[in-house]
Amino acid sequence: MDLGTRKILDRSFTAVGVTSILLMATALLVVIVPIFTGGIGAIFFKGTIEHRKLQYNEFGKGDLDVLQRQIVETDSYREKVFRMLEAFEVEMELMEPDERSAYSPKYKKVRDLLSHLFGPLPGEMEPILLRYQYGVTRWDEAEESLHKLMFVTKWDYSNPDEMAKPYFVPRSEEFEGTALAGLFPYMESNLENMLLPEQTFYWGFITERSLDAHIFGGIWAEIQGTFFLAVGAMLFAFPLGVIAAIYFTEYAKDNFFTSILRSANSTLAGVPSIVFGLFGLAFFINTVKVSESKSVLAGSLTLAIMILPTIIRAAEEAILAVPKTYKEASLGLGSTKWRTIMTVILPAALPGIITGGIISLGRAAGETAPIIFTAAVSVGATIGLADVFSSPTPALSWNIYNLASEHEAANEIRHVQYGMVLALISIVLLLNLSAILLRARISKKLKG
Amino acid sequence: MQEVLKKNPTEKRILAPRESRKTIGNITVPKPRMVCRNVNVHYGDKQAIRNVSIDIGRNEVLAMIGPSGCGKSTFLRCLNRMNDTIDSCHVTGEILFDGRNIYDASVDVVPLRAQIGMVFQKPNPFPKSIYENIAWAPRIHGIVESKSDADEIVETSLQKAGLWEEVKERLDQPGTSLSGGQQQRLCIARAIAVSPEVILMDEPCSALDPIATAKIEDLIEELRTQYTIAIVTHSMQQASRVSQRTAFFHLGDLIEVGTTETIFTKPSHQLTEDYITGRYG
Repeated sequence: MDLGTRKILDRSFTAVGVTSILLMATALLVVIVPIFTGGIGAIFFKGTIEHRKLQYNEFGKGDLDVLQRQIVETDSYREKVFRMLEAFEVEMELMEPDERSAYSPKYKKVRDLLSHLFGPLPGEMEPILLRYQYGVTRWDEAEESLHKLMFVTKWDYSNPDEMAKPYFVPRSEEFEGTALAGLFPYMESNLENMLLPEQTFYWGFITERSLDAHIFGGIWAEIQGTFFLAVGAMLFAFPLGVIAAIYFTEYAKDNFFTSILRSANSTLAGVPSIVFGLFGLAFFINTVKVSESKSVLAGSLTLAIMILPTIIRAAEEAILAVPKTYKEASLGLGSTKWRTIMTVILPAALPGIITGGIISLGRAAGETAPIIFTAAVSVGATIGLADVFSSPTPALSWNIYNLASEHEAANEIRHVQYGMVLALISIVLLLNLSAILLRARISKKLKG
Repeated sequence: MQEVLKKNPTEKRILAPRESRKTIGNITVPKPRMVCRNVNVHYGDKQAIRNVSIDIGRNEVLAMIGPSGCGKSTFLRCLNRMNDTIDSCHVTGEILFDGRNIYDASVDVVPLRAQIGMVFQKPNPFPKSIYENIAWAPRIHGIVESKSDADEIVETSLQKAGLWEEVKERLDQPGTSLSGGQQQRLCIARAIAVSPEVILMDEPCSALDPIATAKIEDLIEELRTQYTIAIVTHSMQQASRVSQRTAFFHLGDLIEVGTTETIFTKPSHQLTEDYITGRYG
């Protein structure tokens, strides 16, 4: 191959390499940016007076004096809306029956939208579910609701060859000439006065429990559950994995039995996580009965089995990477095998072992399938440390799935889902970052 | 050219009958420190050492020379049972130390290896501080208990190894930060720290430059007064400089033993002569 061809080949290979890395970076950006912006929206948003009422009533947060003053202020604007409703109801009483029944469903729609905005209207019973006890807590949702109130969505079916197109008709047309006609312009110009949106920094999203199945409140229970599960898994898997790795590298003879064990370990690393989930249910809960039903303990054990092969492999590689000369030096000085392992080989292998451990910790935190049947519940209270042996827990990974697919109000609380994703990604990235830093620190200490 | 190839004398002698490969020279010394008799080493099916018998005297430096693969390192590693770490390695014969066969089932290799220390081909300090490199082994053997004991043993060991003046200001720095020659002297100091009686050196200077090598050789000369030293070396100049007796190995056989002077000036065996005159190596 002549020099020219070689240069061209080198350059084109570099170009292909750089392109593929750039593509990966772009893909990462495309995924991360919406998650980040969406997730941040769960913490920074324009919160309404309803958010502040909820915070005061449920968590005792906020300044009561300010809140009461604001409630008086907003109520004075809302009062006018309620007057209009009353006036229209009186008007309906006087209508002909067929005219009244024509207005009735339209009026009901308006009432529904208003109670979504303001919480229960005067004269209504106090709802049982928390989600109906308060109006909209976020200003962006309030604006959407206002739009729904102002306009009726209609569908244009005129062209049979195309999909029907929505178009908006002002709702005020439906109530032309009635006492309710004044409501719409009033709502449009005074919504802010009725809800008093303020830029809110809702730190409680991370530190507070969820209220009414994530409609309100934070995700602390999920974060804590994830923490318990992942740390619990490490408590089982890390010591076992390191011991197994020491056995494989220092004690196991090269025979048939060892090679069976080795290939079993590799196979275990390749088993799909859902299989581990079913195994955990069948073995830990149904056979061994570590708990009555789902529990953090069962979930941790299942996750531990799942990450065990990775930890063994990482530890094994780290131990094998320790120069043979250290071992020789130690043995040559008359140290026992055990002491050589404990004081020379393990300290030198520690950065690698710890890195493998923390990456496995991140994986345990992020896995969904193994905990579906063994530990996770979609809605649950924050559990204490004493409950881990018997209670299931909400966990980030499972609740992200649940909010995306099964939650009844999934569409209205996308921000919570994004917030959870962001929290989970942050936890995993933080773990990996700490692994890198710890590794660098220990290596530096070993090298000096 | 054709003539030379035909008359290649070494080839004939390598394939010579077993009779001509019996050890020549006096293998015994008065009051030996270690006595090896009929030592055979196998790696699996392959025999690496055949019927080697030799004494190692007190306060002498025994040099083991020979071409690559002759078994000199293997033999050296038999002397403190370092070959135990290789699964396939099997040793027969007798190696007596203090009148006891070190391959006896009752012998504990842990104190044995403290008594018969070893310095390796490549300097291999632990990834710890200079101080810890020295103090570690005495501590695990219970030789030192207090901090002051440890300080003392670190200082004396480093002084004996001729390293104290160079490192006394930076004992807390890692051993790996030293130069190659200093590292090797650190390893010697580390071996001395457990007060061994014999020090085995496996090509201790092969990774070092001439100046560092000269320092190690001076050190060996000094250490001889207190310890028995067996050194494997590839360098015949080194063997002639540092040793009192020399053993020549060839393909697993101990061919010739004698005082260094005799071996290098009047070798008896043709193989020895060919080797030291550089006909092959």
